[in-house]
Formats: sequence, structure tokens, C-alpha cells
Amino acid sequence: MTDRAWVATRKGLFELRRKGSDWSIANVSFLGEPVSMVLPPTSSSRMLAALNLGHFGVKVHASDDGGVNWHEVTTPAYPEQPAEATGVAWKLVQIWSMESRNGTIWAGTLPGGLFRSDDGGSSWKLNEALWHKPERTEWFGGGYDVPGIHSIAPHPTRPEEMLVGISCGGAWVTKDDGATWALQATGMRAAYMPPDQAENPNTQDPHRIVRCPAKPDVLWTQHHNGIWKSVDDAVSWQEVTTSPLSSFGFAVAVDPSDADTAWFVPGVADQQRVPVAGALAVNRTRDGGKSFETLRKGLPQLACYDLIYRHGLSVAPDGKQLLMGSTTGGLWASGDAGDSWATLSNHLPPIYAVRFG
Amino acid sequence: MVTMARFEFTPQLRRFTETPVVDTDATTLRGGLEATFARNPRLRGYVLDDQGHLRANVVVFIDGRRSTDRVSLNDPLRADGKVYVLQALSGG
Repeated sequence: MTDRAWVATRKGLFELRRKGSDWSIANVSFLGEPVSMVLPPTSSSRMLAALNLGHFGVKVHASDDGGVNWHEVTTPAYPEQPAEATGVAWKLVQIWSMESRNGTIWAGTLPGGLFRSDDGGSSWKLNEALWHKPERTEWFGGGYDVPGIHSIAPHPTRPEEMLVGISCGGAWVTKDDGATWALQATGMRAAYMPPDQAENPNTQDPHRIVRCPAKPDVLWTQHHNGIWKSVDDAVSWQEVTTSPLSSFGFAVAVDPSDADTAWFVPGVADQQRVPVAGALAVNRTRDGGKSFETLRKGLPQLACYDLIYRHGLSVAPDGKQLLMGSTTGGLWASGDAGDSWATLSNHLPPIYAVRFG
Repeated sequence: MVTMARFEFTPQLRRFTETPVVDTDATTLRGGLEATFARNPRLRGYVLDDQGHLRANVVVFIDGRRSTDRVSLNDPLRADGKVYVLQALSGG
């Protein structure tokens, strides 16, 4: 769907509707509550919202009528932590990502567990195979105190296959519906690690990983210190060094029908997370990363300090409609693949995620 | 007449779930909380985390004193005790 979208924010879930080229806010749910992620309506018409209540923990709500009415469903919960288990506490901190495929919903969490629901969120099961990988204890937080799964990329034609991206824990792939997992971040490089650990795939910080549905062997990653691309289904990753302004950022989107077209939103650097020269820009490649265009039309170009976080950039199935939301409440839309942008709002709550559907 | 400890919850929880006032003959905080969860099972996840510990931003006052054991919740209750489950103040 390209005429409806959802904006999950620090203080509510906003439904957007598009008429022609104009987007407007049509509805608000959970006003005042932090909504860390939204899953737009699935094939069963059910949608989910993950709340992260400051005092009372993570909660999941479901709607079967497109976000008009909501009811609380079961919250994923970690099993009892054995006394000998080292590392992070087995406590749900946040739902950071949600995806669905063929009636199954997956939730990626801080502190690094992947949960599965086959009944629309009425019950959840921790994927124990990934949780019990010995390598998990080497993961560490990127932006949070604990590691987390921010990207879930199911394979569109091989139902047993899925990739998850972890900050900081690289990229992991299952090809047997979650029974076993393999670390597949070879080629990424972590500039923030000691030199002898820089190429350790298990300590990479892919800020966001997206897969092209039409060409699923192609994956794009906005990494903590650069842009990486895979053309062999994450067997290997190649760094893309041609992006203008900066290769630092959090968000990436790929054209659903053209694996060579992807968008990035550069920031200065990890120690200065603002647009370069106070001017918001989007980098777009249309040739698989050989070259980029920097798109600015309609975006603030003076004293702008908006940061687009991991899930703050989204492209619709048509590859033309884009939405971009910032951690300081700026929201922009494009109807021409990023050539030009229109401001929807400058003063929403901090935006965690924008999604079409 | 048997006196019982009384549990009350912050009104802020009412926008999420029912918060009954519960009288219980439990002798520990955990026992008393379990009695409230028996009345509304959904309450458990709002008060306790995955491991059954008191949530980091929830506070419990027992007869005017903040509870001290956030893990085992073994604080004793008096038969006529008054227990308030509240949110800690934080955020913006």
C-alpha cells in the first residue's frame, strides 16, 4: 500500500494518509506513550504496535481494523535465566524490529533475542537456537546498554531463510526456519575495534540491513563506519566507498524492484551525529553503488540538525514514495524517489520508525 | 475478625489494565502481589519483569517505607499492612 503509512514515535503512533502528493495525519493511537515499532497490517489484516512504557515495560497491542481499535496481546518474555548464565540479563528491554511472512511474525529485541509468533501475537516463543549461540555473549550494545536485533530480512521466495542484523553482533542467517544460524558478516570492518578484531564478523555494527525483494541475493547495509553491500545473499560483503558527504548514518532503503537503487541519509560522523554542514541530504545510488546523487530539494538546508535513525527511512512498494522521519520530529515525504521532498511536520515527537502499509 | 494487608496500585496503571484493590492474608510482598495477579493476570507484566523481579521503574511502599528487596520480594507484610505499588518518577 502506498497511500497509507505509520509513524512510530516517542509519544504515539501516527497514521498518515496520502491524497495525490499530499500526506496528512489521519489518526493517532497511544498518544503520550512510546511506540518503539509498528508492524503494518499483515496478510491477515492484523497489525501490531510495540510499546515501551517507561515504568511498566514493553507491551504489544494488536489491531484488526487498521489501527482504529487496539487490544493488548501477549508480550514476548525471556525464559528463566539460569544462575550460570553470564552476560546480559534475560529481560526484555525493547522491541526494536518486527516483520511478518506467511502468517508468522518475528520480533527482534534488545537484549538480542528473536521471538516468533504464529498466532498474531497471542503467544511468542524465543528462538533458542540463536539465543544459545556461544557467540552471543560477545555481542555488545550499539546505542543502548545491551545488543539488539534491529533488522529482520526474510527471504521472499525461500520460506525457511531469513537474515537478522544485530548492533553489535553482525548479521546472522538461518536457512532452516530458525533451527540453526550462521554468522554471515564476512567483509565488514569495524573501525571502532582493536585492529586485530576489526574484521571479526561477530562484532560488526550494521546499523540497518535491507534486502531487495525482487533480487533477494542483494542486501544493503548502513554500517557504523561505512556502507556495505552483498550480491551473494550475505556470503560476502563489499564496502561501498563512493557515497558523497559521509558514509556515516543509520538508515538505508532499497527499491523493492531494483536492487541497484538505494537511499542513505549521511551524518557527519559517529562523534557528531548531525547532517553535514547543517543541511539535510539524501544520497541515492541507481547503479548499485558505483555512483551516488545527493538529493536536497525540499529538505532543510540551513541550521538543520535532524538525525534519521535506523528505521526512520522507508520506501513504498512502488519505489517512488519515500518517507523520512528524524529523532527531533521532522517528517518529510517524496513522491519521486527522492528527487524532491515535502515537509509533513517539523514538530512531531521523536520518530522511531516510518513504515508504509 | 481477621485483618488483611491491602494492596493498591497507581491510578496511572488504569489506562492500561484493571487495578483492583486487593486484601490478602499473604505474609510477604511476593505473596501479596501474587494475590493481586490472581485477580488480574495482566498486572504481573506491568509490575514484574521477565525474571519476576520488581521492574526498575516501579516502587512499592509498605506501610510508608519503600520495599528493599527487588529480586526475591521477601519484604514481610503486617496483617493490617498498607501496600502501594507506584511508578518511580522519571522521563520527560
